Amino acid sequence: MLAYILRRVFYAVPILIGVNLITFFLFFVVNSPDDMARMHLGMKRVTPEAVDKWKQERGYDKPLLLNRAEDGARSVTNTIFFEKSVSLFAFRFGSSDAGRDIGYDISQRMWPSLAIAIPVFIVGILANVTFALLIAFFRATYIDYWGVFLCVVLMSISSLFYIIGGQYLVGKLLHLVPISGYDDGFDAVSFVILPVIVGIIGGIGAGTRWYRTIFLEEIGRDYVRTARAKGLSEPQVMFGHVLRNALIPIMTGAVAILPLLFMGSLILESFFGIPGLGSYTIDAIGSQDFAIVRAMVFLGSALYIVGLILTDISYTLVDPRIRLV
Amino acid sequence: MNTMPRYKNRPVLLMLVMLVVAGMAVTGVIAMFGLKPVFLWTDVLIYLLVLVIAGVVIYSRQHEHLRAPWRRVWRSRAGMAALVVLGAYVLVGLLDSMHFREPLLSVDASESGGHSVEVLSVFDKLVEPLRLRVEKTYSAPLAAHLYAREMQELPDGTQQRVYPRLQYGGAHLRDPETEQSADIVVTVSAGLMKGIGIAVLVSLAIVMLLARHYRATSAATLARIVRVQTAMAWHVVLLTLAIMLVGAMVLIELSGKYHVFGTDKVGQDVLYQTLKSIRTGLVIGTLTTLIMLPFAISLGVMAGYFRGWIDDIIQYIYTTLNSIPGVLLIAASILALQVYMANHPEAFETVADRADARLLFLCIILGITSWTGLCRLLRGESLKLRELDYLQAATAFGVAHVRILSRHILPNVMHIVLIIVVLDFSGLVLAEAVLSYVGVGVDPSMISWGNMINGARLEMAREPVVWWSLTAAFAFMFILVLAANVFSDAVRDAFDPRLRAN
Repeated sequence: MLAYILRRVFYAVPILIGVNLITFFLFFVVNSPDDMARMHLGMKRVTPEAVDKWKQERGYDKPLLLNRAEDGARSVTNTIFFEKSVSLFAFRFGSSDAGRDIGYDISQRMWPSLAIAIPVFIVGILANVTFALLIAFFRATYIDYWGVFLCVVLMSISSLFYIIGGQYLVGKLLHLVPISGYDDGFDAVSFVILPVIVGIIGGIGAGTRWYRTIFLEEIGRDYVRTARAKGLSEPQVMFGHVLRNALIPIMTGAVAILPLLFMGSLILESFFGIPGLGSYTIDAIGSQDFAIVRAMVFLGSALYIVGLILTDISYTLVDPRIRLV
Repeated sequence: MNTMPRYKNRPVLLMLVMLVVAGMAVTGVIAMFGLKPVFLWTDVLIYLLVLVIAGVVIYSRQHEHLRAPWRRVWRSRAGMAALVVLGAYVLVGLLDSMHFREPLLSVDASESGGHSVEVLSVFDKLVEPLRLRVEKTYSAPLAAHLYAREMQELPDGTQQRVYPRLQYGGAHLRDPETEQSADIVVTVSAGLMKGIGIAVLVSLAIVMLLARHYRATSAATLARIVRVQTAMAWHVVLLTLAIMLVGAMVLIELSGKYHVFGTDKVGQDVLYQTLKSIRTGLVIGTLTTLIMLPFAISLGVMAGYFRGWIDDIIQYIYTTLNSIPGVLLIAASILALQVYMANHPEAFETVADRADARLLFLCIILGITSWTGLCRLLRGESLKLRELDYLQAATAFGVAHVRILSRHILPNVMHIVLIIVVLDFSGLVLAEAVLSYVGVGVDPSMISWGNMINGARLEMAREPVVWWSLTAAFAFMFILVLAANVFSDAVRDAFDPRLRAN
C-alpha cells in the first residue's frame, strides 16, 4: 500500500512539470514580460524606464531560461523560469504583481472557502442521495418519469439564475439574510447560509440524475434478486443492499473532488462577496494579476492529483476485493 | 447490389447540392446589392459544420445499424419536440451567420467602393426595425414611457419631471393610459389569428408531403397522424411547430409597435439582443466540439488500440490538461490573448473581426479543456474492442493498422462520439454565461446571453428593479439548454447499447 502511494506520488511529478511548462509558455513565451508591463501601466505613452522599473520590482527582468551573465548553477537558477515556475514545487508562491504575499493570502482565504464548500458538499450529497433513492424506489412509474424530467429542468437552468434569484428573493424581498459579505467566527453563519443553499440547489438536478443511474444499475444485479427471493421487503432491499453497494461509486466519486473543495467556488464566492480562494482567483483574473493566476493553476493541479490518489486508496478501503499493486 | 440505398439517398444528395447552390445564391444576392460579403472565421466553420452534419445524415441513411437507433429517436415524443425547438434556434443562428458590409453612402459618385466598417448579417436585415429602433435608455416591456424621469418643458412654460414618451414603443397611441391595454389585446389577438392561420397552412403542407411519401390521401395521412400510427412522432412535431409559429407571430405583431422585452441601458431592444445571442450560444456549443473532435477521436482510439508507449504519452497529455482547473486554463489563455490583441491592434480590420477571433479562440480553448473526457471514453472502448475475435482475425490476416482503425474500430465507437457531442452542447452554452461573468468569455462588444446577464446584474440594485434583460436572457438560454438536454437524452436512450439492454 505504502509503495503504491509512493509510486503514485512519483507519477504526479511529470504531470505537475507539464502543468508548469504550459503556464510558463502561456505567461512568459506567448507574451513577453514587456507586454505584461505595458498592459499594466496602460498601453499608450509608456516610457521604457517605467517598463524596466515595473519588471525589476517583480523580478521579471531576468532572462527566461538561461542567464548568460552568471556562472555555474546560478546561470540556471537566476532566471524567470526557475524563480517563477520551479519554485512553485516547493509551494513558494512568491508575491503577487500587486506586491502581496500569495502564500499568506492563500492560507487566510482558504477558511471562508471551506466554510462554503464543505456544507455544500456534505448536504448536497445527502440531498442528492435521498432524492435519487426516492426516484429509484418509484422506478418505472410517473413519479420516476416526472422526477427525472424535473432534474433535467433544474440542470438546464443557469447557475447564475440560482444565485441572482436567491439573492433577490431571500436577500431583497424577504430581508432574511444579508445579500453579500462575510464575518469572522460565529457571525459568519448568516452570510454563509444563502450561498450554501444556492450551491446545493444548483447541483441537485445533475447529482440526483447521476445517482439515480447508479442505483438503477445496482437494482438490476443478481444479489438484489436474491434478496427479494428470500422475502425481504422492498425498503429492506433498498436500504440494506442497494444503498450500501451503491455507496461505493458514490463515495469514491466524492473523494475525487474532496481536495478541490479548498479552491472554493468561483462564482458563488464572488457574487456573495465571500473572501475565499474562488473570489481571489476571480479578482486576480479581473485585475490581470498573472502571478496569482499562475499560483492558483499550480495549486489546482496539485489538488486534482491528490484527489486521483485518494480515489484509488478509497477504492481499497470501501471494497476489499480491490487490491492495489 | 447496393442500388436500393443509393436510390434512396438521391433526395438527400439533392438537398446537399441545393444547400450549396442556395449558399452561393445568397452570397450572389448579397454581392448584387452592392454589399460586400464578409466571411468571419466562425461563419466558415459553421458552414463546414452544416456540411459535416449533412454528410453524417447521408452516411447514416446508408447503414441500417445507424438507421435503427435514429428511428428510435424519431419515435420519442420528447425528443422530437426538442428537435423542432432546436431547429428554430439553428435557423436564427444560420441566418445570423451570413455577414456582409453595406456600401458607404458617399457624396461623390466617383468615390464608390468604400464599405461601412459595421458588419451586419442577413438576420440583422430581416429584423432591421428591432435593431434601429433605439430609445434613450431603459424602458419596461411593452411600455410607452421611459423608465427614468426627465425634465420637460410644458406648453405653459413651466418645467416638470415626467416620464417621457418613448420614441418608438407605443408611439402610435395618443393616450397610452387608456388605450394601451386594449391595443395590446388587439395586437396579441391579431398575432394569434395570423399565427394559427400560418400554423394550419404549414401543417397542411407537411401532411400533403407526407401523404405523397405514404402514397395515401391527405385525409388518411392526417387520420394516421392524429391516431399516432406513424413511425415518427409527427403529431408532436406538428403541435410544437404550431405552438412556436403562433408564439412567433404574436412576438412579431407586438414588436412592430412595442419593445416586447423592453430596452436596455443604451435603449437597445432586448428582444433583438436575445435573438442575436442565439448565434453566440450555438457557436460555442457546436464549434467547440467540432474543433476538439478530430483530436479526441484520433488520440483516444490510438491510445486504446496501440497501447504501450503511445498509450502512455496520450494518457500523460490528457491527465496533465485535465488536472488544470478548466476555468483557470481558459482564463490564463484568454488573458494571454488579450495581451496579444492589445499589442497587435493592426491584425484586426473591424470590431467584428476582433470579437470573432476571440470567440473562435474561446471555442478552441474550451475544446482543449473538454476533449479529455471523450478521449478517455474512446480509449477504454477501443481497449475492449481490440480483444474481440473479429479484430484478432483482422490482425491475423495482416490487415494494416490504419485500415483496422478506420474500418473496424472507428465505426464501433461512433455512438459514443455522438452521445458525447450532444451531451456536451448544453454544458457549453451554460458555461458561456459563467465565463462572461468571470470576464474571460466572449468579447464585450459581442452580444451574448452571458454579456446580457453580466450587464443587467448590476441593475438589480435599482428600485424598481430592471428585471427584463435578465429574464429574457435566462428564458431564451433555458429553452435552448432544456431542448438540448431532452434531445440528448433521446439520442442516448437510442444509441447506448447498455441502456437498451435494461
